[in-house]
Amino acid sequence: MSLSLGVRAAIVAVGLLIIFLSVWHIATRGGGPVAQMDPEYAKLMGATATQGKSAMPGPLDVGAKLFELLRQPFYDKGPNDKGIGIQLAYSIARVGTGYLLAVLVAVPVGFLIGMSQLMSRALDPFIQILKPISPLAWMPLALYTIKDSGLSAIFVIFICSLWPMLINTAFGVASVRKEWINVARTLEVGTLRRAFTIILPAAAPTILTGMRISIGIAWLVIVAAEMLVGGTGIGYFVWNEWNNLSITNVINAILLIGVVGMLLDQVLARLAHLVTFPE
Amino acid sequence: MAAGKFISIEGISKRFPAPGGGKTTVFEDLWLSMQRGEFTCIIGHSGCGKTTVLNILAGLDEPTDGAVIVDNQAIEGPSIDRAVIFQSHALLPWRTVLGNVAYAVSSKWRRWPRAQVEAHAKKFIDLVGLAGAEHKRPAELSGGMKQRVGIARALSIEPKIMLMDEPFSALDALTRGTLQDEVRRICQTTDQTVFMITHDVDEAIYLADRVVLMTNGPGAVLGEIVDNPLPKDRKRHDFHRHPLYYGVRNHIIDFLVTRSKTFVAETPDYDRRHIKVVRPGVLDAAVVVSADEAPQRAAGGQSGREFFRYFEGEKR
Repeated sequence: MSLSLGVRAAIVAVGLLIIFLSVWHIATRGGGPVAQMDPEYAKLMGATATQGKSAMPGPLDVGAKLFELLRQPFYDKGPNDKGIGIQLAYSIARVGTGYLLAVLVAVPVGFLIGMSQLMSRALDPFIQILKPISPLAWMPLALYTIKDSGLSAIFVIFICSLWPMLINTAFGVASVRKEWINVARTLEVGTLRRAFTIILPAAAPTILTGMRISIGIAWLVIVAAEMLVGGTGIGYFVWNEWNNLSITNVINAILLIGVVGMLLDQVLARLAHLVTFPE
Repeated sequence: MAAGKFISIEGISKRFPAPGGGKTTVFEDLWLSMQRGEFTCIIGHSGCGKTTVLNILAGLDEPTDGAVIVDNQAIEGPSIDRAVIFQSHALLPWRTVLGNVAYAVSSKWRRWPRAQVEAHAKKFIDLVGLAGAEHKRPAELSGGMKQRVGIARALSIEPKIMLMDEPFSALDALTRGTLQDEVRRICQTTDQTVFMITHDVDEAIYLADRVVLMTNGPGAVLGEIVDNPLPKDRKRHDFHRHPLYYGVRNHIIDFLVTRSKTFVAETPDYDRRHIKVVRPGVLDAAVVVSADEAPQRAAGGQSGREFFRYFEGEKR
């Protein structure tokens, strides 16, 4: 084989895509027996009933609709008719806000837990109990106390992003190599300077791993949260299109959720790469 | 007496709580003093507590009892006056060579502008022969080069004392030799006071003015101090041909192989505060005139026997 592994993998991937799209296309194509019925009635029922065509759109329908959605992503024609770009922007803004708030809390608290045995032991029971709670379980409480659906969604993102970052930061800080700490100690480096010049760079790869896990979870949760709070966002869009029975739009939204999630993950992967040091 | 002591280890002990209750004593009531500008090596089996002694000198560990006085001041925690060269080099992998040395320099002289810090750091990088590698990261360096950076970092803060924990043990023989030469040259020109742990007898003889022999742990003691009789200007390529070399070497190896296990039991008059100083071979070197006479004269000390054996071998 003279082709590189990357090229061969790409060929297989494209092949699989073609097979998937073909199967999809064939499975959703009409062509069943045409029912014998009154022409007026047939017109009323539409192709689904009359030609045995599946309600499931084929890849060509979805592709055409996707083109339409992406051609005009930012139009705004009232509360129930906004461009897909606007909906995604709402979701990304909520994830971004909740996530950044979580970073601001998780990294310092994680430092505290990682550096202090006492705080580690004292906070451990709280973390153990709060961590496994589904973020959506907080939603009613958030809605009741915050009294704003948009802010409640941000709170849910905050609470679900918090734990992986907190735990990874604490772990990264606690497992900084003793010899690096000793270097700082023999150089009489003060606590604050030690935290920023030794512990932070040494723990950064672990912290970034936690941040990467968190952004993934946050993006998973925002869709569910927006289905509940409604109004705007890609989660709301999915639910709204389901109510409209527009499976084509639902499929397109699913596709875009995947693409955005991948991009967010890639951004964090790049950041993680920047702070990783070879040993 | 106090004037001669630059470092004075005064009755330090280290005990850990043992798993089944009670206590494990690593070492008990150690006394040792070192003079300014002296190169002291400590040799002993693994587990005898050498590293603990070094860590106590560095201030990274605390003795259970006793104290260490450096320059008339009791040690309370680590100090930038005492540089440590770690066995595992302990470089910060996210910093370059220059960054690692500059970190130490800027820790000592906090108000120095960046340019001055870097110029000072570069001077010491040149000194250990790493000019041109300033902007490499530790991962790009060989083991020997990493240890050189560690040495440059320790020297750059112009410490009063250098503490080295088996600095060359992870290196291949050739690199180790070169680095030993450099450490020796640098320490002699800067008149450093050095305390070094080693497992390598030849390394100790080549580098040290005095070799402290430690018995086996637990409950280790400082057995003897070997005062190195080899000339100060010894060279790597021929110090092992010096007439006294094998005497010293055999004495140390005998201690490590056999006497370190039974030393305490066999030495009833052992005085912790005044450890016997031996100079293998030297006492007899002046008086041994014929092979016949030597055995009687040397009967008092093992050291004389070693020296005699050396000359006997030469004659045959």
